[in-house]
Amino acid sequence: MTTSSPALGTTGTPEGQPAAERRAAPPAAEHGKASQLARGQANWAVKSFLLVLCLVWMVPLIGLLVTSFRDPDDANTTGWWTVFADPFGSWTTENYSTVVQGTMGPAFLNSFVLTIPATIIPILIAAFAAYAFTFMRFRGRDFLFILIVGLLVVPNQVALVPLLQIYADAGLVGTFFSVWLAHTGFGMPLAIFILRGYMQTLPRSIIESASVDGAGHFTTFWRLIVPMSIPALAAFAIFQFLWVWNDLLVAKLFLGSGENEPVTIALQSLLGTQGQGWQLITAGAFITMSVPLLVFITLQRFFVRGLTAGSVKG
Amino acid sequence: MIKIINALLAVVAGVGGAMVLYFVLNYAAERLPGRWEHRVKPYVFVGPAVLLIGLFLLYPAIRTLIFSFANRQSTEFVGFENYTDLLGSSAFRTTLLNTLLWIIIVPAFVVVLGLVVAVLADRLGERSEKAAKSIIFLPMAISLVGAATIWSFVYNSRPAGSTQIGLLNAIVVALGFDPIAWLQIDDGKLNSLLLMIIMIWTQAGFAMVLLSAAIKSVPEETLEAARIDGATEVQTFFRIVVPQIWATVITVFITVLIGVMKVFDIIYVATNGNFNTNVIGVEFFNQIFTNRNNGYASAIVIMLMIAIIPVMVYQVRHFKKQEANA
Repeated sequence: MTTSSPALGTTGTPEGQPAAERRAAPPAAEHGKASQLARGQANWAVKSFLLVLCLVWMVPLIGLLVTSFRDPDDANTTGWWTVFADPFGSWTTENYSTVVQGTMGPAFLNSFVLTIPATIIPILIAAFAAYAFTFMRFRGRDFLFILIVGLLVVPNQVALVPLLQIYADAGLVGTFFSVWLAHTGFGMPLAIFILRGYMQTLPRSIIESASVDGAGHFTTFWRLIVPMSIPALAAFAIFQFLWVWNDLLVAKLFLGSGENEPVTIALQSLLGTQGQGWQLITAGAFITMSVPLLVFITLQRFFVRGLTAGSVKG
Repeated sequence: MIKIINALLAVVAGVGGAMVLYFVLNYAAERLPGRWEHRVKPYVFVGPAVLLIGLFLLYPAIRTLIFSFANRQSTEFVGFENYTDLLGSSAFRTTLLNTLLWIIIVPAFVVVLGLVVAVLADRLGERSEKAAKSIIFLPMAISLVGAATIWSFVYNSRPAGSTQIGLLNAIVVALGFDPIAWLQIDDGKLNSLLLMIIMIWTQAGFAMVLLSAAIKSVPEETLEAARIDGATEVQTFFRIVVPQIWATVITVFITVLIGVMKVFDIIYVATNGNFNTNVIGVEFFNQIFTNRNNGYASAIVIMLMIAIIPVMVYQVRHFKKQEANA
C-alpha cells in the first residue's frame, strides 16, 4: 500500500437489506442485470494492446526474480534475459542465504514486530469510535466526524517534526513503541472512516431490538456490531498492514538503521552500497516484497471489496 | 526472540489494555445517574480515538506551524525567514517545479490508464480479464522502495563498451546507440519522467480496480437506450458511461494526487533528489533528517498543507453532499 488514506466515499446506502449479503454480491448485481459493455468482443488490437501492457508490467518484476537466483558473476556481467538462452544454467539460492544472514534476516523479523501491533491496536479503538459515530447521539458528533474526513487527506508529514522532537526528548527514538504509537494515531482517521461507512449499512432494526431486549451499547457493540463488521475490519487491517510494512519514511525517522530496522530500510541500505552486487539487492528486494504480495494475493478479495464498496457507491 | 515476545506483549497489552480501559470507563459511566449516563457514554466510546488523533496529528500539526516560523533548533522565532530563504533559493524552486510536474502528470495519467485498461479488459473473456487485471493490480502491494529498486535495475546504465545489465540500455545498445545514463539526464525532465513511470506502475492497478467496478455497475438499460438511439460506442462511452462513473474518477484522482504530493521513497532511493529530480517529500526528509533543520522542514510541510487545503475542502464538501443524500 503506497498511498496513505484513500479518499473513499461513504459506503452508506439507505435500504435496509442485510449488509453481508450486499457486500458479497458484485456491485453490478445490484442493478439486476450485470452491465457488460461488450464481453468477448475484443478485437486483435485490443488484445495485443493489453498483452503488451501486461508484459511491460511484469517484465521488471520477472527481471528482479530471475536475477535474485543467479550466480553473482553472471548477475553482474550479463543481462538477466540471457538466462532464457540457457534455462538450465547455474541457478543458486545462495543470494538469499547471504542476505538473510546479513541484514535482511533480522530486518524481516523486525518488520513483523513493527507491523503486527501497529495493525491490530488501532482496529479496536477505531471500532469503538465508529460505533459511537454511527449509533450514538452526542454533542460535537458531526463536527468531529467532519474533522476526521478532512484529516483523511492530511499527510503524516505534518506531524513528524514535532513528534521526532518529543520522542527524542523522551528517549523513545529507535524503539518499536514509538512507531506503534505513531502508526496507531496516523491510521485512526481512515480506520474510523471505513468502519463507520460500513456500520451505517448494518440494519438499524437489529440494534433497536437489542436495546429493547435490554442490551446496553457495550453489549451491542461486542455481541452484534463487531462480529457483523468483520469484512470492514479485515479490509482496514489489510490496508494498514501493507501501509506499515511498506513504509520507509516513518521508520527512517523513528527507528533508524541498526538493530531495529525493518526490511524497507535494510533494502534501501543494500541499494545504497551497490558494491554488494545486484544478485543481493534483488534477493533483498524480493524478501521485502514477499509478505505484502502474499497478503495481497491471498486476501485480495477482501481488499478489493473494501476498496470498491468504499467508493463506487459515491 | 526477545523482540517477538515484546511484540506479542505489545499486542496483548495494547488490545487488552484498551479493552480494560473501555470496560472500566463504560462501567463508570453506567454508575452515573440516568441522564448523565447517556450523555457521557458516547465520549467514552470516541474519547480514546479522538485523543490519539489529537496527540498524533492535530497537536503536532500546530507545533509544525509554529516551528515553521522558528530557527533550525526551534529555539527562537525568525518570522518568515524560513519561507523566504526556501522560496529564494533556485534549488528549492526547481524542487517545487518538479513536484508540480508530478502533480500534473501522474494522477491524470494513472486515471486515464486505469480507465483504458478497465474498459478494454471488460471486452476480454472472463478468465483473460481476471488475469490481465491481476497483473496490472499486483504492483500495488509492493513498497515504493521495492518498486524503485526494481526499476533502478531496468534503468541501470554502464559505460559504453561494457555489457549492459539494465533492460532499457540493453535495448538501446542492441539498436546500435550508445548507452544512456537515464536517471542523470534532466533534459526535458527525462529522469523525472522515468521516475514518474515507477509511481504510475504502482498506482494504475488501484485506479483500474475502482473504475472497473464503477463501469460494471452502470445499468445496462442506459447503454441499450443509447445504442437504440444510434449512438456509436465512443459516444455511448463519453455521454453515458463517463458521467455515471465521474464520482469514482474524482475519488481515484484525489487519492493518487495526495500520494503524489508527498511522494518520497521513489526519488529518495533512486536519485536522492540529485540530477534535478528533487521533490518536496525528499527535501522535507533531507531537511529534518540530514540537515536537522526543523525550521526549513516545517516550512516545507506547511507549504504542502497549503496546497492540500483545496483538496480537503472538496473532500469535506463532497462528504456533506453524500450524507445529505443518504
